[in-house]
Amino acid sequence: MRALWPGRAGHGFVAAYVVLLIAFGIVPTCYAVYFAFTDGNARFSGLSNFSRAAADFRFVPAVEHVALYLVFWLVALVVLVVGLSLLLYELSARGVSKALRFLYYIPGALAGAAGVMVWLFVLDPSVSPVAFLLRAMGFATFGQVVAPGHLPVLFTLIAFWTGAGGWIVVMHGALNNIPREVIEAARIDGASAWQTARRIQIPMLRKWIVYMVILTFAGGTQLFVEPQLLAQASVGVAGRDYSLNQLSYDFAFQNNDVNTAAAISVELLLVGLVVAALFVARSGFFDAD
Amino acid sequence: MTVKFRAIGAPGPGRPRRRAGLLALGALLALGAAACGTSSGKANTPSTGGSFKTAAQTGGTLTVWVDSDRLAAAKLYQKAHPEVKMDIVTYDGDANGSNYLQTKVSLFNRTSSGWPDVVFSSQNNETSWAVQAGFAAPLNKGLIPQATLDGWATDANAPCTVDGTVYCLRNDLSQTVLWYNDKLMKQWGYQVPTTWEQYQALGEKVAAEHPGYLVGAAGDTFAPEIYLWAGKCGANQITGPKAVTVDATSAACTKMATLMDTLIKDKTLSTSSVFSSDFDKNEADKILMMPGPSWYGGALFQGTFKTPAGQLGVAPMPQWSGDSSPSVGNVGGGTWLVSAHSKNLKASTDFVTWVTTSDDYQGKLAPGFPAYTAAAKTWLAAQQSSGYYADDITAPLTAAANQVWAGWGYGQFSQEAVWAATVTPGVNAGKTIVSLLPAWQDSIVNHAKADGYQVATK
Repeated sequence: MRALWPGRAGHGFVAAYVVLLIAFGIVPTCYAVYFAFTDGNARFSGLSNFSRAAADFRFVPAVEHVALYLVFWLVALVVLVVGLSLLLYELSARGVSKALRFLYYIPGALAGAAGVMVWLFVLDPSVSPVAFLLRAMGFATFGQVVAPGHLPVLFTLIAFWTGAGGWIVVMHGALNNIPREVIEAARIDGASAWQTARRIQIPMLRKWIVYMVILTFAGGTQLFVEPQLLAQASVGVAGRDYSLNQLSYDFAFQNNDVNTAAAISVELLLVGLVVAALFVARSGFFDAD
Repeated sequence: MTVKFRAIGAPGPGRPRRRAGLLALGALLALGAAACGTSSGKANTPSTGGSFKTAAQTGGTLTVWVDSDRLAAAKLYQKAHPEVKMDIVTYDGDANGSNYLQTKVSLFNRTSSGWPDVVFSSQNNETSWAVQAGFAAPLNKGLIPQATLDGWATDANAPCTVDGTVYCLRNDLSQTVLWYNDKLMKQWGYQVPTTWEQYQALGEKVAAEHPGYLVGAAGDTFAPEIYLWAGKCGANQITGPKAVTVDATSAACTKMATLMDTLIKDKTLSTSSVFSSDFDKNEADKILMMPGPSWYGGALFQGTFKTPAGQLGVAPMPQWSGDSSPSVGNVGGGTWLVSAHSKNLKASTDFVTWVTTSDDYQGKLAPGFPAYTAAAKTWLAAQQSSGYYADDITAPLTAAANQVWAGWGYGQFSQEAVWAATVTPGVNAGKTIVSLLPAWQDSIVNHAKADGYQVATK
C-alpha cells in the first residue's frame, strides 16, 4: 500500500526551515528591495537612493575599506585553512587531529561580539598577554595599534580567529571523503606529501574551497560588528562609518533615511550574488562528478 | 510597591505558547504584506514640535529609561511616590554616542508604539534629532511652569532649546575647570596658572624639571571640548535648527592647537584616553594639572584614579591674557526627555521635575554638578563637607557654571566622533593638531551636510 504523502517526515523537517527562510530571509530581502526603490513617502524613486548613497562622502572610503579587508581576509582564509586542513589530515594518523580540531573550533563558539572583545584586550599593550610582541613591533599604546592603516589586518586576524576553525573542520571532513585508494596510489607512485596535496587533494577540494570563498565573501562584505565595537572601544579611531554596513546603519538610524540604507544593502546583496555566480560558473560548482 | 525593574533585552513576562504562535504568524503576515504591498513610509517626516498634540491621557504605568548611574534617582523617586506605577528600564544612556535611543525611537516611530515616557541620556545633543523625530515633548508650553525653568543655571538648558521651545531638562553641568595636585604644586613651588600662557610655560617647565608628569590629557574624543571650546574656537556654532557655522581653522583654534602641540611634543599633555587601561596604569599617578569637566573630581580622580583625599585642588580654567570675557568648555551633562507620545504626561512631568530639582537626589546623591541652581548649592556643600578636596571647590565651579562659551553648539552630528576619526589617528601618528585642523574642518562640514544642515564656513 502506498503512503498517503510519501516522504512527509522529510517535508516536515524542510517546512520548518522554509518558514524561517521566508520570515527572516526572503521577506526582509523583499522589504529591503521595496525600500531601495521608493522614497520616504513610498513613491517609486528609481535609482535615486542608489545615487544618493554613492554621492555620500563616506561611501567611497567605505567601499575601499571593505575591499581591502576582503583581499586580506580571503587570501588568509584560503591559504591558511587549506594548509592547516592538510596538516591536520597528515596528523590524523598520529591521533592528535581530534584535539587540534576541537582547539581550532573553540574560538568559533564565542559569539562574534565576544570574540571582538577578547581581541580588544589582546591588542591593548597595557593589558595584553602578548604585550611584549606588540611592544617589539613598536606599539606602546592602544591608539597606535588600532591606527586606521592597521584595521584591515586587525579585522582579518579577528575574523580568522573566530571563523576559520569551523572551515578547518569542514575541509577536514572533505579531505576524508577523498578515497583512500587515490592517496595510496599516489604514495606508491612516489609522490611526496606536497605533490599529493598539490596534484590530488587541493584539486579535489576545489568545490569546497569555492563554497567557502562564496560564503566568506558575502560575509566579509557585511563587515559590521568588528569596526562598530572598535569605534566604541577605541575612542572612535575606527570611525562609525568604516564599513558599508555601518554606513547603511548610519543612514537608517542617524539620518533617518531607511531608503538609502536599503539601497546600500541591496548593492551588497547584488555584489554577493554576482561574485557567487562568477565563482560557480568558473569552477563548475554544480557539475556532476 | 509596584516597581518593576528589568534590563532592556531581558525577556518580558511569559505568554501562553498559543498566543505567541499567533503573534509570530501575525508578524509574519504583516511583514509579508508590508513587503509586497504599498505601505506608506514614515521616514523623513519631521515634526516641527510647534503643533504638539498630546496622546490620549489614559495614565497607566510610567516607563522610565535610565542609565546605571541614574538608576538610583528613579528608585528614590519610586520610594517617595509608591502610588506611581513605574517600569524602570536600564539602558546604556547613549554613552559614547551609541545612538541606542535614536535607533529605538526610529523603530518605535515605524511601529507607532513602544516609546518610553521619560528617558535620560548622557548626550546633550539628543534634542537635535528628538525634536525632528517628533519624540520630545515641549516642556515650556504648559507642562513645566516658567518659574521652575528659571531655576536652572544660565544657558544650562541651551542644548534643550530649539526656536525658544524647551524640549528637555538638563541633569548636570559639565563646565570645565583646572584640576591640580595641590600637594605636588606646593612641594615643587609652582603657582597654579591663571592664563593659558602661564599654563603652557608651566607645562614646558614640568617637562624639563619633572619629566613624566602631566599638565593635561588630550587623548579623548572630548579633548576639543576641553581645550578648543574653552579657547573660543568656533568649530560648530549652531545658528538655527538646521544651520551651523563651521570655522575650525580660525586664529582662536590655531592658537589653542599650537599650545596643545607644544605640550604634546613635550610629553606633558598625554595622548592617551583618561579612561584607558594604559593611562590608568602608567599616567594616573603622574598628574600635576588637568583641565577637565566638573565630573572629573568624583568620577575620575576619586573614583578611577583613587587620588588620596586632601590632594586635589580646583582652580578656574586658564584664560588667554588680555581676554576680558572668561570662557570655559563643557563635556557632556545629561538630559531628561519626556516623550511626546506619553499617555501619562502629568506623571512624566512630575518625575522629570523631581529628578532634576530635588535636593534629595540632585543635592545629596547625584554624581555630577546639578544643572538646577538650588540643588547645585546643596551638592557643593555636601562635596565641600566631605573633606576630599584640598581647597574650596565652590567658587571655581560656580563661576565656571555660568562661563560656558555659547559659540559651540550641540549639533546632530557627533563632534566627538568627528574629532576621533579625523584628528586622533593623526596625533597618534605624530602629526600636529594645527596641521590637522583643515581636515577637521572638512569632516565637520561633510558630517553636518550629511545630517541635513545648512553649513556656513568662514
